[in-house]
Amino acid sequence: MSEPVIYDLSAPGKGVVTPPASPLPPLDVQAAFGSYAETDERARPHLPQVSEVEIMRHYTHLSAMNFGVDSGAYPLGSCTMKYNPRINEDACRLPGFAELHPAQPPTSAQGALRLMYELQTDLATASGFAATSLQPAAGAHGEYTALMVFRAALAARGEAKTRTVVLIPDTAHGTNPASVTMAGFTSKTIPSTEEGLVDVQALKAALGPDVAAFMLTNPNTVGIFDPQILEMTAAVHEAGAYAYCDGANFNAILGVVRPGDLGFDALHINLHKTFSTPHGGGGPGAGPICVTEELADFLPGPVVERVLAEGNTAAAGYRFVNPPRSIGRVRSWYGNFGVMVRAWVYIRALGAAGLRKVGQQAVLSANYLRVLLEGVFEVAYNRICMHEFVLSGAPFAKAYGVHTLDIAKRLLDFGFHPPTIYFPLIVEEAMMFEPTETEPLASLDALASALLSIAQEAETNPELLHSAPHSTPVRRLDEAGAARDPQLRWTNTTEVA
Amino acid sequence: MDYTAISPAERAAMLARVGLDRVDDLFVDVPPEALLAEPLPIEGNWSEIDLSAAMDALAQQNTSARDYVCFAGGGIYDHYRPAFIDHVLRRSEFFTAYTPYQPEVSQGTLQAIWEYQTGISELTGLPVANASMYDGATALVEAAFMALRVRRRRRRVLASATLGEEKLATLRTYGAAGQMELEIIAADRHLTDADALVDALAATEGGESDIAAVLLPYPNYCGIIEDVKPLIDAAHAVGALAVLDTTPILLGLLKRPGNLGADVAVGEGQPLGNAMSFGGPGLGYFACSEQCLRQMPGRLVGRTVDVDGQVGYVLTLATREQHIRREKATSNICSNHALNALTAGLYLAGVGTEGLRGIAADCCAKARYLRDGLLATDLFTEYPGLEQLPFGYEFALKYAGPATVGQLRARLFDQGWLAGIELPDDVDGAGLLLAVTERRTVAEIDDFISAVVAQSEVISHV
Repeated sequence: MSEPVIYDLSAPGKGVVTPPASPLPPLDVQAAFGSYAETDERARPHLPQVSEVEIMRHYTHLSAMNFGVDSGAYPLGSCTMKYNPRINEDACRLPGFAELHPAQPPTSAQGALRLMYELQTDLATASGFAATSLQPAAGAHGEYTALMVFRAALAARGEAKTRTVVLIPDTAHGTNPASVTMAGFTSKTIPSTEEGLVDVQALKAALGPDVAAFMLTNPNTVGIFDPQILEMTAAVHEAGAYAYCDGANFNAILGVVRPGDLGFDALHINLHKTFSTPHGGGGPGAGPICVTEELADFLPGPVVERVLAEGNTAAAGYRFVNPPRSIGRVRSWYGNFGVMVRAWVYIRALGAAGLRKVGQQAVLSANYLRVLLEGVFEVAYNRICMHEFVLSGAPFAKAYGVHTLDIAKRLLDFGFHPPTIYFPLIVEEAMMFEPTETEPLASLDALASALLSIAQEAETNPELLHSAPHSTPVRRLDEAGAARDPQLRWTNTTEVA
Repeated sequence: MDYTAISPAERAAMLARVGLDRVDDLFVDVPPEALLAEPLPIEGNWSEIDLSAAMDALAQQNTSARDYVCFAGGGIYDHYRPAFIDHVLRRSEFFTAYTPYQPEVSQGTLQAIWEYQTGISELTGLPVANASMYDGATALVEAAFMALRVRRRRRRVLASATLGEEKLATLRTYGAAGQMELEIIAADRHLTDADALVDALAATEGGESDIAAVLLPYPNYCGIIEDVKPLIDAAHAVGALAVLDTTPILLGLLKRPGNLGADVAVGEGQPLGNAMSFGGPGLGYFACSEQCLRQMPGRLVGRTVDVDGQVGYVLTLATREQHIRREKATSNICSNHALNALTAGLYLAGVGTEGLRGIAADCCAKARYLRDGLLATDLFTEYPGLEQLPFGYEFALKYAGPATVGQLRARLFDQGWLAGIELPDDVDGAGLLLAVTERRTVAEIDDFISAVVAQSEVISHV
């Protein structure tokens, strides 16, 4: 049964929140705003007038129609759906963090600045870079910010006008080319080899005086760490361009190898992937970028700096500064501070050894799941993988007319969230699995067992898959109809009629 | 400690199943010379007891708005957040999910966002709203870029300087990429220079205008509700889109952007039930007219039916987005601020039509009480040109007392008052930008005015 829209529960005179009683005379709206006062009641915003119990029941019902990491395995590839520790949630709600106004004197928020400084430092340490900006609000925002840093550095060299092209492998996330466009560059695609690696000859052929940067996700989106990495970054630098690491898959190599040691010039880190902050149903995340010494002066501001006491190495305090040749602001205030708090707690919980274990276990779990499925499913580029791997549903499509979408939907009936599907684009009928290090062994076994059952059903009862899911709050939805006739908000249909 | 869920014995069994002897064998593709030889110098491995104590200690090094009395705004306001909001936000089915790619198991997120879209559409008086942007500043940038797509052959965007420095700085950064020729119309003493703006709109060399959009504040950085209607009309006269940057709570009282003829309304949505959180995460709300629909940035949720005819919700019009359209996408945004949008939806449901008006009116009445009280001390004067102009619950006054504004503000903070935001010393002199929310009591305002007088007196004797 579907849940009513909250607007349909509304009735005049109900409501939760009223302003406190005030001894002041009520505001004369007309006198206050003149011709900008809305005097026509019908022209005012109409919001639901509902009681608190109705709100709580409504949202409780809605939550019951959602699947999160706490509901079960959520092996959504390239999204790193790991467990979100609860102490992080408590920490960011402490009044000393949640109730800070950004315009209060930085001297009165030294705990917050210290936390930001330590996070800057720890992220740079973990990734092998010299400096960090915590400003970007998400991974794509980080990509854009780093590209603007490259643009400014190229301008300082007098090459911003000539270097206009950014090279991207065909396995890249869609945000890469979209960020390239937003940063005013043109993207050019580099093909992959049959092994799922960058075609280095094609990359070298494309590198020239017009190239500003090369963006690479490593490990890449088919779950392989590209062993040609040092050769590629060297070639990029020889051509006078910058090498960018999309850190969406940083979880695989955490504590094992650092992008900064692989020749990259910049990297974004998704705190909501690698550093366990919750995905929130689609954000808020945070996408800090880490860069080399050469690029540090161009970072967006403000960044936090440690102030040393005179003749002393101990910190006397922390302050905000703008890097000397900063690209400027990329958003308001200091970044998604509430997300930073959670990431800081996570890092302190794990420490160096715990962080290394994350990368190791994430990779082991992915390989374990891959091995359980190989043979029955076609593994694209079947070899030791990193934190994720890609299956191709193409053989099922050919043999039984069962597509990747059908397999994904059937998986819902078994109580699992499906993998990322139809990505990367270079694998036909792709299913991309990333179990993460926090998935228990029994859960990995159950997921594999469900997939193997589904593979059998594909042969014996394909209709069961075509019509899946069967056990979810709603079944397959008419997405084409939604796009053809967009209904993007509630309307009071009875009133219209 | 760590959050993995595999025992050492299980780990060994998994390795064996994969056919490897050692975990290190999993990383054969990494160039050996790049492998970390030493543990990273990162502090940690703390117990939860240690963590809890450390977080308490770090939080206590900050003075929060529960310690001081907050009269600061600038986009982030100390509004009351109804208690039920956090109880909903703590439901992990919401916060541990991701983008609702699988709608059959994401109806909670999808319907909540669809209701949020409805709320923003209602607030702004515009027919469509997206699922949220990062913040008010990036929402404004996205509005400018959208205008360039809607008015395809045009490249210029005019922005009033009274949007405030933070938003202008963000626009400049994005403008540096070259797609948009950003022209900032200098302020005429804290107000949009309407004559300069109209001249800039009129100055078209032969043929069609090359201005895609005009970006205007409603209210402006100093809290003034400028006379934007003639400027919206002037923008339309040359075929440019009119974009209003708004403060959400005030839209309960003011004429809505859509009713004024604006094509796009954006703003910082933190006031809608989100914690101040040192300035982030809040959210950027984004609403526009039907003509912009196919050029909108970000996610959109639509209503549809399933195979059994049951109502349900899906992400829709995705062919605008980066995962489909790649370099031709309307924006690079992927993760937005869904949980903050859920919060805003909860807040709007909690306050309702009448509550929103009541809260807005209460803030505005208290702001007037504070402003009158400060003017009565003779320590403050009105900024020339701003007398008698309408404002919301934030206002600017010029400080005419015996100290610098910085000195006064610092002394007041030591006494437990966050005396707004310092306005730089320009031709009209330095001042304070003060905001008053419904959380402030009349007694607090009275005490604040006394403190301002007392501290000015102390300073004059130093």
